[in-house]
Amino acid sequence: MDITGRKLFVKALQEEGVDTIFAYPGGMVTDIVDELYKQDSIHVVLPRHEQALIHEAEGYARATGRVGVCLVTSGPGATNTITGIADAHYDSIPLVIFTGQVPQSLIGNDAFQEVDIVGMTRSIVKYGVTVRDRKDLGRIIKMAFQIASSGKPGPVLIDIPKDIQTQNGPAGYPDHVDIRGYKPNETVHIGQLKKAYKILKSAKQPLLLAGGGVNISGAQELLTTFAEKMHIPVVTTVMGKGAIPTDHPLYVGNSGMHGRYAANMAVSECDVLFSVGTRFNDRITGDLNEFAPKAKIVHLDIDASSISRNVVVDVPVVSDAKIALERLVEWAEAKNTDKWLAKIGMWQEENPLEMRRDHGLSPQMIMEAINDTYPQGIVVTDVGQHQMWATQYITMPRGKQMITSGGLGTMGFGFPAAVGAKIGAPDKDVVCITGDGGMQMNMQEMATAICEKVPLTICILNNNYLGMVRQMQQLFYGKRYEITCLRRQIGCPDGCKGPNEACPPYVPDFVKWAESYGAHGQRVTSLEEAKAALAEAKERTDAPTVIEFMIATEEIVLPMVKSGNPMSEMILK
Amino acid sequence: MGMKNRWIALYVENQVGVLAKVSGLFSAKCYNLQSLTVGTTEHEDVSRMTICVTSDDITFEQIKKQLNCMVEVIKVIDLTHVPLHMKEILYAKVKGLDNEGKEEVFRIAQVFNVNNGNVKVADIGEDSVLLECTLTDHRNDDLITLLKKQFKSKVEIVRGGAVAIEAISTSCR
Repeated sequence: MDITGRKLFVKALQEEGVDTIFAYPGGMVTDIVDELYKQDSIHVVLPRHEQALIHEAEGYARATGRVGVCLVTSGPGATNTITGIADAHYDSIPLVIFTGQVPQSLIGNDAFQEVDIVGMTRSIVKYGVTVRDRKDLGRIIKMAFQIASSGKPGPVLIDIPKDIQTQNGPAGYPDHVDIRGYKPNETVHIGQLKKAYKILKSAKQPLLLAGGGVNISGAQELLTTFAEKMHIPVVTTVMGKGAIPTDHPLYVGNSGMHGRYAANMAVSECDVLFSVGTRFNDRITGDLNEFAPKAKIVHLDIDASSISRNVVVDVPVVSDAKIALERLVEWAEAKNTDKWLAKIGMWQEENPLEMRRDHGLSPQMIMEAINDTYPQGIVVTDVGQHQMWATQYITMPRGKQMITSGGLGTMGFGFPAAVGAKIGAPDKDVVCITGDGGMQMNMQEMATAICEKVPLTICILNNNYLGMVRQMQQLFYGKRYEITCLRRQIGCPDGCKGPNEACPPYVPDFVKWAESYGAHGQRVTSLEEAKAALAEAKERTDAPTVIEFMIATEEIVLPMVKSGNPMSEMILK
Repeated sequence: MGMKNRWIALYVENQVGVLAKVSGLFSAKCYNLQSLTVGTTEHEDVSRMTICVTSDDITFEQIKKQLNCMVEVIKVIDLTHVPLHMKEILYAKVKGLDNEGKEEVFRIAQVFNVNNGNVKVADIGEDSVLLECTLTDHRNDDLITLLKKQFKSKVEIVRGGAVAIEAISTSCR
């Protein structure tokens, strides 16, 4: 018996085992929305903006390891998702995004709320298509879930015209679809992997570089075991943090622009760099000519196109991290790396990550307090200085998770992603670490958090500035703080070079704002207050808690490598 | 290593948006696309593109990998070092000619192999001659250069882009 497209839509989601959908209504999805009303196996979350909707689905997907499912309407509903989709694309997050579309008879007519969303998102989705025939709907939805969740995960966009939603057609939903142009890599070339292993085995100063791919494929245990068996030190990228527990003796730290001194020195001095699941983004490499200049480079990644794109490698291996590491762990034999480890230890002592306690409430002290209160759970960050402090100082024992916008660097990501993570993992503690700038980019999601009754802790590090850019102005642009001061108002003097007594008050008052939504709000200025506020927040089960940490206005993130400079040239003080 | 023309045959799904996706890749990543032609194959749900790009070795490897990543791409074949048959259709209309000028166009056509049918006079008028050429793109380049030199602003050119297929024997190009 034939059924309508809208009925098949819900049936497909149910057969995929979808338990949550992030959905915002609009004229071109009212039929599907009506169908969602009639079922009770899928929880429907109503975010307050479509950009945040995607970030929530990203947080959900990261926290659960499942596909994040999204539904928005045509036109502005669809265009609002674009930033989120680009973010998911960069960080390989599996999403299936359904957009409503005007009826096919109106496509191309500049109809009300018509946009070519498939065209607009072509370069930021793994796959995107408009359903043009009702009989294809089931197959296309199946394809979407298969493509989003396999190989290198990513967002898939399915555009469904209104007439397809209401039209009758086949009721069946396939178990599997064969896609002739899509064959994700499910094996590893053993010969190539052996070659990589041999090079590593012969190294005197070997180094493992773990990227986000290790976390995505769930290969953290394997990577740690491999490093342990061979006595090889490990550095991580921002996305790779947690690939090995941060308190592990073989863990050196994050490498890259704001990486640890010892980690960047290790990359610069190693003779074999064995990288797993990273695309060698410019934030990791700095000046490409000076990147790991003494090293033979092994590049193991699931995405063939990321190999030899930025860094010329000696041994490429195309494989999922887990599949390759399973083999590598079997082969691994102990190496004597004592001298090399001692050298790294010396760098750590020379320039450790500073724990600054010299003035007021330092970001380092805040991170330490968060670590103490939340030894486990999920830490979600926004983008900016606080993100770098979090990636530097948040401790990651096995099982703890960090969710951050690494590739696109999307301000406004943190808070909604944390809401989505908590919806996906209600039993875990979720802490959102954000800045006063990023927080204001998606603060409407407090309504979602309240309505979904998700108690999470939101730590706003307020320095009154868009701090990451201000830091650049401070260091490289003669303190000309153009459009980075969030207190600046009409009436402020021209040529302001920093805060003084005459500065106007901060807008908004985050505490009052939180309370106006029915959340808890507290402003803290000392470590004692901070610790107490975090402890209270952790106990709350009714609503989110906003803690505004007042930090020094001109705080900077160190170490720092200036964009385009070699990684060995770090600004340390 | 150096910059040179390279050829790809690309089998893709014969679907709406695939051409836009493939061509979009070239513009998005600043790849230097020389020509792209597309048409259906013996299987009506499969199209084949013939793509010419100018690039160095590293970029070309990247282009092939990026194309392979696309769900709609079924197969990428590097034709750069493969014996193949390759032709491009070209129309060249030369206008404002006197009798002597027309003679000159015929002579040029002769040199470019009018006898084999690779270049033919497709149409002629009081003061115009239309040449229809099926040559390699390089040969067409040469013809255009010559016509422009001889007849300056009187030449109207329409090019179709090259199509190519692997040779059965081994020495064709």
